[in-house]
Amino acid sequence: MSAFLQHLVNGLSLGTIYALIALGYTMVYGVLKLINFAHGDVYMVGAFAGYYFATSLGVSEQPTVGKAVAVTLGSMIVCGFTGYLIERLAYRPLRGRPRLTALITAIGVSFLLEYGFQLQPWFSSPIEFPPGPSPRFFPSLIEYQAWTFLDGVTVSNFDLLGFGTAVGLMFCLQWIVYRTRFGTAMRAASFDPQVAGLMGIPVDRIISGTFVLGSMLAAAAGVINGVSRYKIDPLFGLMPGLKAFVAAVLGGIGSVPGAMVGGLVIGLAEEYVAGYTVSSYRDAIAFTILILVLLFRPAGLFGSFRPEKV
Amino acid sequence: MRGVVRSLAPFLVGLPILVVLQVVLDSLRLGDWTFELLNIGIAIILAVSLNVVNGFTGQFSLGHAGFMAVGGYTAAKITLAFTGVQLVFLPEAASDHLVFALALGAGMVTAAVAGLVVGLPSLRLRGDYLAIVTLGFGEIIRSIIENVKFLGQATGLSGLPARTNITWVGAGAIATIVMARRLSVSTEGRALFAIREDEVAAEAMGVDTTGYKVRAFVISAAYAGLAGGLLVHQIQLATPRSFTFIRSIEVVVFVVLGGLGSITGSVISATVLTWLLERLREVQQYRMVGYALLLVILMLARPQGLFGTRELWDLPFFRNPPWKRRTAAGAGGGAA
Repeated sequence: MSAFLQHLVNGLSLGTIYALIALGYTMVYGVLKLINFAHGDVYMVGAFAGYYFATSLGVSEQPTVGKAVAVTLGSMIVCGFTGYLIERLAYRPLRGRPRLTALITAIGVSFLLEYGFQLQPWFSSPIEFPPGPSPRFFPSLIEYQAWTFLDGVTVSNFDLLGFGTAVGLMFCLQWIVYRTRFGTAMRAASFDPQVAGLMGIPVDRIISGTFVLGSMLAAAAGVINGVSRYKIDPLFGLMPGLKAFVAAVLGGIGSVPGAMVGGLVIGLAEEYVAGYTVSSYRDAIAFTILILVLLFRPAGLFGSFRPEKV
Repeated sequence: MRGVVRSLAPFLVGLPILVVLQVVLDSLRLGDWTFELLNIGIAIILAVSLNVVNGFTGQFSLGHAGFMAVGGYTAAKITLAFTGVQLVFLPEAASDHLVFALALGAGMVTAAVAGLVVGLPSLRLRGDYLAIVTLGFGEIIRSIIENVKFLGQATGLSGLPARTNITWVGAGAIATIVMARRLSVSTEGRALFAIREDEVAAEAMGVDTTGYKVRAFVISAAYAGLAGGLLVHQIQLATPRSFTFIRSIEVVVFVVLGGLGSITGSVISATVLTWLLERLREVQQYRMVGYALLLVILMLARPQGLFGTRELWDLPFFRNPPWKRRTAAGAGGGAA
């Protein structure tokens, strides 16, 4: 029983990270019909930005709540800017070209980030950049505390704060998407970009905004993950990125609540499979889920299937 | 009948040349050259077979290394099981190569089955899903290999006999090119092109889109398995490190650079890039960054690749070659 609850805690903590990344996928897919392959690497960039902020603020010597918030916000801003640049330089010139072209570009951008970050550092002050292939250790932004319940279920304040931040961000997003002018424009652009443009919505600006928003969520996920799982390296965005994509598909790609539920389901499934069977099947479970979803319910849990029209 | 001749003629011409080349290189002790030629040949098999899916059909597979691994490990297991066994009715060398042929064939079959399992669910939907599923498949295959004792885990299967030589690789490359060429001029090939150009229109014209996509995918996977079998018997080691994601991307770069849908484009870019990489060993760390930049810049500046969907002989230079232009003008045509 306690093992079951412990897996529940770990699964939720992991699932929120997937959910945050999946939101970026699902929003970009919604407006552009593009699988933004580079999104997992934006998450990696976010983790590294957080790492650099944390080391230069000297968080590891004296962690305070203010610094933690500054690090998270700083990395969100850096990532938002990265997302904007990627969209502006790589994807916007390809608007209206075949989808395959955009997909190949997305893969190229993803590799550029992954392997660009693995190069030997060009300069070492004020920060060592690029970080090089060896893993770095994320300093803890707050002091670690853990409580044990019911013979052996450990819940740490990292889990709680991560979960709380993620849920808070999701509420913010929900508010932006459904209660603001920008969100309305975004939903219109995702419904039909051409008609939205005719109605006077600046579609290009909305798409940029969507990228910025998605990248900021990925950055928050990167910082939360860095705090609770310490190790970051330039390739560590690849797998979470793919799993978050699976989460987005499971929830119904294009659907915001679907991405949240999908992320939590993937996180829980992964923890339970790793806990009760062989832990090396951890990576396989997400793809098994993806294949099952594609076979039995391609529209996902919350999505509606729209047939392709000419 | 004509089809049979056209399929067999390249082998009848090519195989003697390959055998002579191999004997010459062996007697001159040019091991480096042989090694490089083998690499190029395997790259050609990979690029041309991936072109069937990514170029002809317009889908996007990112898991070629996964199918290579399936084929490679199957072949490796079979040749390992037959080490020291000599088929009684044959001389030793012939027996060895017969076993190798069987191993390669088995590798192709298992890779094709893997292709069917992966392709069937994901090809029912639009192309983007295939990219993710094949990517995930490649990673799963690697993690399975690294965890299963039967497959040697992370260290891999060592001590494989060195069976891959220029004749085998050359024959494999010819087979792949002939397959792709014969496919591209057949009814099935036309159906694939129709799917690439417009899937909805193709379906409206009565093309069984899912069926054709799955078949193209299975064929492509089988030839990737062949390349895997050849590779493990070249380096005499089957290790998960040979079949990483980087390998899949490398093949994608070959195909995209050469032109999606162009067989000669794939052959040329696979040859040139493989040769170039061998020269650029010192700047190894920039290799993947270079690939990534190449992909992005290519998509922005020339998304159709070097040749587009055309073949080498479709280019203006060959359609209307300079050495014919003068005679045409001299004969009073003047339409150069």
